[in-house]
Amino acid sequence: MIYIQLFIEFFLTGLFSVGGGMATIPFLEDISARTGWFTPAQLADMVAVSESTPGPIGVNMATYVGYLTAGIPGSIIATLGLVLPSAIVILIVAAFLKAFRNSKYVDRVFYGIRPASTALIAAAGVSVLMLCIVDIPAFKLSGRIFDLVDPKAIILFAVIWVFTNLVKKTKKFHPLVFIAFSAVAGLVFKF
Amino acid sequence: MNNYLDVFLTFAKVGVMTFGGGYAMLPILQREVVENKGWATEEELSDYFAIGQCTPGVIAVNTATFIGKKLLGIWGGFAATAGVVFPSVVIITVIAALISNFADIPAVIHVFGGIRVCVCVLILNAVVKLWKKTVVDRITLAIFIVVFVLAVFIDITPVVFVLMSAIAGLLIGSIKAKGAEKK
Repeated sequence: MIYIQLFIEFFLTGLFSVGGGMATIPFLEDISARTGWFTPAQLADMVAVSESTPGPIGVNMATYVGYLTAGIPGSIIATLGLVLPSAIVILIVAAFLKAFRNSKYVDRVFYGIRPASTALIAAAGVSVLMLCIVDIPAFKLSGRIFDLVDPKAIILFAVIWVFTNLVKKTKKFHPLVFIAFSAVAGLVFKF
Repeated sequence: MNNYLDVFLTFAKVGVMTFGGGYAMLPILQREVVENKGWATEEELSDYFAIGQCTPGVIAVNTATFIGKKLLGIWGGFAATAGVVFPSVVIITVIAALISNFADIPAVIHVFGGIRVCVCVLILNAVVKLWKKTVVDRITLAIFIVVFVLAVFIDITPVVFVLMSAIAGLLIGSIKAKGAEKK
């Protein structure tokens, strides 16, 4: 039953992803690899759509995947699965707020989980990078190292990186601005 | 107005106005929940937000649940959660339907080819930001490296890494505590 499967996958994602919307990416990547419900390229598109529409990114991603997998009921069920663990955990934490905040065990657990969560997002980032910038089929075809990376993509990557990190005026711009910019660049330079 | 409906609608408003994830939500929550409604103080909100960041799940949902629970108990928590996700579900379903219909047009393919490169940079930036907050000493650096290398090369569910690192955190914490006792 696809609905039950969707619910379970997203329940696990909600329960184990710590640190915001981006933390769901490694879980979604794993779902994509195991179930084939959506491709890694669709996952990258989802990140872009989620970043440029209102609402929490994690919820947007769940709705998107749910829709691709099983239509409108799918989008509702996936979202429900994602937020249910959040709601339950918070209701429990709220009841024991003091004990939770002062617990050394909670501190220790999150001391371990936080860097792991960052590492998982970084690893997911590497696979998205392989998908968008590194062109392995072209490299295999020609054997030339220059064909391994897509020069257009490298240039766009560098430009956006500079504007989001080094240029003071544009650094604080909303991601939507950069997504729109790269959409135009993609269209003009035929990515 | 019905209290539950009020909570639902207020958080739906917050959901519509939050563009780009949990961190963008804080100023909007401050305006709606603290200033307009007076449902929580500035301090309470930043507490909830901090806990929302380090508990599992979507930060925005966690914070909303907290405030709803405080106001109206458990069902208030669920009303707030439903409110904050409602606009997303509607908007994204419409967009997903549109994109699946136009996905094969060459122009759309080029547009998304460009956008994916941007997504790489956005993920990189998010990782750098999180790195500064979460990789704070040699042990957390070691955890980062081990998990990163394993996650890149081995295909297993991230759940395993989260559980292992939680156990590692517990063990390291108690070893450290014992070390401090001896001194």
